[in-house]
Amino acid sequence: MLAAMLGEAWHAMGANRLRTFLTMLGMVIGVGAVVLMMAVGQGAQYAVSQSISSMGSNLFILISGSTTSGGVRSGSGGAPSLTVVDAEAIAELPGVQAVAPVHTGRTQMVYGPNNWSASTYGTTPSYLDVRSWTMASGYPFTESDLRSSTRVALIGKTVADNLFGDEDPVGKTIRVGQSPFMILGVLAAKGQSLDGRDQDDTMLIPLTTAQRKVYGTPFQGAVRMIMVQAETASGMPAVEKSMVSLLRQRHRLREGVDNDFYLRNLAEVADSAAETARIMSMLLGAIASVSLLVGGIGIMNIMLVSVTERTREIGIRLAIGSRERDILLQFLLEAIIISVVGCFIGLVLGVGGALLANALTDAMVVISGSSVLVAFGVAASVGVFFGFYPARKAARLDPIEALRYQ
Amino acid sequence: MAASQPVIRVEGLHKSYETPAGPFPVLKDVNLSIAPGEFVAVMGPSGSGKSTFMNILGCLDRPSAGHYVLDGRSVDELSKDELALLRNRTIGFVFQGFNLLPRMNLEDNVALPLVYYGVDREERRARAREMLQRVGLGNYAKSLPNRISGGQQQRVAIARALVNQPRLILADEPTGNLDSHTGEEVMTLFDEFNREGITIVLVTHEADIARHAKRQVRFLDGCIVHDGPTEHPDDNPSHPPLVRGGADLGRVETPSPDKGRDGEGLACLE
Ligand SMILES: Nc1ncnc2c1ncn2[C@@H]1O[C@H](COP(=O)(O)OP(=O)(O)OP(=O)(O)O)[C@@H](O)[C@H]1O
Ligand SMILES: [Mg+2]
Repeated sequence: MLAAMLGEAWHAMGANRLRTFLTMLGMVIGVGAVVLMMAVGQGAQYAVSQSISSMGSNLFILISGSTTSGGVRSGSGGAPSLTVVDAEAIAELPGVQAVAPVHTGRTQMVYGPNNWSASTYGTTPSYLDVRSWTMASGYPFTESDLRSSTRVALIGKTVADNLFGDEDPVGKTIRVGQSPFMILGVLAAKGQSLDGRDQDDTMLIPLTTAQRKVYGTPFQGAVRMIMVQAETASGMPAVEKSMVSLLRQRHRLREGVDNDFYLRNLAEVADSAAETARIMSMLLGAIASVSLLVGGIGIMNIMLVSVTERTREIGIRLAIGSRERDILLQFLLEAIIISVVGCFIGLVLGVGGALLANALTDAMVVISGSSVLVAFGVAASVGVFFGFYPARKAARLDPIEALRYQ
Repeated sequence: MAASQPVIRVEGLHKSYETPAGPFPVLKDVNLSIAPGEFVAVMGPSGSGKSTFMNILGCLDRPSAGHYVLDGRSVDELSKDELALLRNRTIGFVFQGFNLLPRMNLEDNVALPLVYYGVDREERRARAREMLQRVGLGNYAKSLPNRISGGQQQRVAIARALVNQPRLILADEPTGNLDSHTGEEVMTLFDEFNREGITIVLVTHEADIARHAKRQVRFLDGCIVHDGPTEHPDDNPSHPPLVRGGADLGRVETPSPDKGRDGEGLACLE
């Protein structure tokens, strides 16, 4: 019976191809838009989550304010308030996994005819742990490099590509300013950070080398930044508290005096970025759903026309013994077929569009099986929802009235 | 006992249509009983309520008052689905305008009642073909209705009406759109099926067509004014000779209520 009805529905749709096609087009566009927009939204979410995980987990960043001595702020020219010793003290706190003081800056580097400018961080070997950064090749520098301020460097992939091209940088010597630096290793690629910077455009050198031989700061032992990794996400609030009180104690800040450093919880930053991406992708989906709704209304409209046109046919069917539910099912099936076929085509076009967008631009577009399934389910429901009223109208026709209809 | 139970029994049937000017009575106290195997012609002037009556017999419409017992079941009490079931299994309809579905080929048209009967595809096909064969259109199974003549379409409609082996055929002016020759062809089919025991009730304006029936009922103004066996002029050779004789006539006469047949008519004329 269902098979027979499917056949009939197919026939009925074939009888008016252009109309069926146009009705379907509404669904095609609706579903295509939903799939594409969801792909874009999920792509954005994916990109954000990639950046978040590349950042390292459970991170705090402590940034130096300016020192105050005797209530007088020394201003921006003053020494950074955080020190390497602060970092060492923080490392002793319970719940802290790893700590890395960082001296940030930018240097010009030359290898043969190539030169390149990149962020150059003076730091300790634990920086790699804090950032969950691994080596693509070579070895990291060690504590002994730190002690003796050797001129060694780790470079990110972007730096390696630009200075060395296809050559293997490990063991080569580059020039930074006037000094030669030996490349110990190349860092694994990390991609973009949350704020869109290329994290691979980086060079890491020992902190002491940076302070004494590259930047030449007058404040030995002071650093702009300390990165702290907590052992667990749930332990972060406790670590934050103990770090703040430790630093206030160490910097001898009295009650009521502001902190002379800034603390950022990167997990919170990551959360809010993820939330933003999620809202954006929901918004895109919502906008696209409107076109799906319009497609559904198109189906309803055409089904109503079709019921009116086929009133006499319905009368004949009733006269030869079809029940109300047979008629209902017949028209419902037509609506569902239109929306499901339309949905399928829309899916193909939407996925195709997403893949094309992936190929042509570097915007990340992600198609998940669940979004495809959801689109299909929605389309079928749209068919049922918007097909039901016309189908019920058909089924409720009075046999005599329907037969008399011209 | 069961065999003599009438296929159709109608008592005190009334039907009014609701119009803006108030209820408009079309059938006024119609009583009729039709036994299995009868062939009844319903006649009467235009507007006398024949079609209205047929629609009620066919469970397409409900009476305003009165009782209708079809095949031993009181129709007034049945649900919509049960009525659909009756239309599907007990009754076969033949309309003046053929009413084939234009998009379907003849085979599918004939098989349509079987779809609602829940017969599987292969059997539907076989039975539809067999019926088409019987009405002489075996070679047209895949044609569309608009490719064949009116007479042929009506034969297809008859095949469709009979494919589900109903007990009763209701035909409202089945030859109304046909010329007299094709009309005769169609009537031969009715004769044949009636001989096989199927009860036929047929509305017609033409005396020549009505002559195929064994009993004639005449409507006037919503009442039955005449009900009696068909009279056959002996000198008319163009009709197939009907079996006449005491037994046959007796069978026709028995179920018809004797009382007040003329009286009803008079009551209506007053
Ligand atoms: N749906 C309706 N609403 C109102 N009046 C109706 C309706 N259907 C039929 N009538 C009226 O009922 C009366 C009987 O109609 P019906 O169709 O039963 O006559 P009929 O005997 O079949 O006539 P004909 O021989 O012309 O087919 C007519 O006067 C008609 O105008
Ligand atoms: Mg009529």
